[in-house]
Amino acid sequence: MKHQEYAAQPDGSVSPLRRSFSEASIPFMPVGSTLYMVRQFFYKTFVIAELEVRKLRHDPTELLTRALQPALWMLIFGEVFSRIRAIPTGDVGYLDFMAPGILAQSVLFVAIFYGIAIIWERDLGIIHKFLVSPTPRMALVLGKALSAGVRGLSQAVIIYGLSLILGVHINWNPVALLGILLFVFLGSALFSTFSLIIACIVKTRERFMGIGQVMTMPLFFASNAIYPIAIMPAWLKAIAHINPLTYEVDALRGLMLLGGTSVFGIGFDFVVLMAGTILLASIGAALYPKVVA
Amino acid sequence: MAAKEKILETQLLTRRFGSFVAVNEVSFIVHRGDVFGLIGPNGAGKTTTIKMLTTLLPPTSGTATVAGFDVAHHPASVRRSIGYVPQLLSADGSLTGYENMLVFAKLYDIPARERAARIHDSFEFMGLSDVRDKLVRTYSGGMIRRLEIAQAVLHNPPILFLDEPTVGLDPVARQSVWKQIKLLARNGTTIILTTHYMEEAESLCTRIVIMHKGKMVANGSPGELKKSVGGNGSTLDDVFAFYSKDTLESGGGYRETSRVRRTARRLS
Repeated sequence: MKHQEYAAQPDGSVSPLRRSFSEASIPFMPVGSTLYMVRQFFYKTFVIAELEVRKLRHDPTELLTRALQPALWMLIFGEVFSRIRAIPTGDVGYLDFMAPGILAQSVLFVAIFYGIAIIWERDLGIIHKFLVSPTPRMALVLGKALSAGVRGLSQAVIIYGLSLILGVHINWNPVALLGILLFVFLGSALFSTFSLIIACIVKTRERFMGIGQVMTMPLFFASNAIYPIAIMPAWLKAIAHINPLTYEVDALRGLMLLGGTSVFGIGFDFVVLMAGTILLASIGAALYPKVVA
Repeated sequence: MAAKEKILETQLLTRRFGSFVAVNEVSFIVHRGDVFGLIGPNGAGKTTTIKMLTTLLPPTSGTATVAGFDVAHHPASVRRSIGYVPQLLSADGSLTGYENMLVFAKLYDIPARERAARIHDSFEFMGLSDVRDKLVRTYSGGMIRRLEIAQAVLHNPPILFLDEPTVGLDPVARQSVWKQIKLLARNGTTIILTTHYMEEAESLCTRIVIMHKGKMVANGSPGELKKSVGGNGSTLDDVFAFYSKDTLESGGGYRETSRVRRTARRLS
């Protein structure tokens, strides 16, 4: 058997690496049609995301600790506010109203700290190695975005579980669930790419931590996550309308709840989030190589 | 023994960061089969040079041709022709050795039917077969380095870059890494490494360039360089001291020092 044969030459007088494969100066240079290149691009993107799935499989404890924050929001904030009926949510109960908001919040919080992972990987030299490989920069960035989506998805599972226990009126229609899946991935992609851009600019963990804190709170509170835009003062309304989280929440609210309605229309939400993701990913792909400079 | 075929060439390669000139008009040639050492104190510009040659950093001016491709104009072709082991520990500790290899096999377009055999052979070659399914964070420093080298040559590149390959390793681990580098060299891989350990340069390199404050101050075989500073009885330590005397102590800033220490800590 050929592997045995190599093992029998520990001094390596003939390298197994060299001998087992043909002598080509540049191995596996892919040549082919545009279609082939596009396929390769998506393949590479999925390889990067596959890494994340494998990591989570080795150590899933992080997913559970991440469940704590949304649980506290729904159990404490949600229970109290649904009792005092301080927030006008129309004919939807407050817990129903806030559940999609908390899902959006979890997606945001998981994704926004993706930048810290980028800085961490840069400090370890992991990013250097990926950048030296023949992987398109955009595939590296979108792979990270997809990875954030995988984590976001685990949050969705947890929040659906909590909602079920707390009696939120969930729409189990498979099409609606697929829609949730799509928007969880889209929201994760948008916010993680935003985070990646920040990481490429600030470059150190300390600075990123500061900025990360400063950004997540306004994004969350200047949105329709836990109260409707209608009750906001005019200036805050304006901010909420340019806040991508608003459109994420709007779509999730339309899809997650029985009889849920979206204010802007789910199609419009999709276009806004998709456009934002494409824009940010393009900026990210340009900035990403600079993180190692 | 080395065939005189040019495989890498730089001409007046320069990189500035603001007003600071990290690499200043460096020109050298590497031939196929060389083990080429970039030597110099911390902060001499070795890592910046490597980053330019591996397409991580665009040159400010000058050119570099790697395996026949210009780094500025054909970075994708350069990337396919090289393997790279960064100075920092770059294997992913939260994955197994096998998974680390698998990901790179995929990123380098190694066909699915060849992947398993290739990864298997690499683990055999590096003497890591027993631990391939263990998480890399349980590896010793020398094992991590060997895994990283295996990862970097999985696609069989003609040129392998190693940035400070044995920094922070204990003597036994260092020997094991040297052994693998020598094997790769013997099998025809051109190797370009940076180091500031003279015994490492002595043991591995067939050609040496000494850098000092961004400039190339010496270029030759270890024998030639020793002769140039006084002939009989000279060691590479003498050569190093001669060409970088005033910076032996001042080299390396806080950032670099803390980085090396961090790497060393992770290895121990």
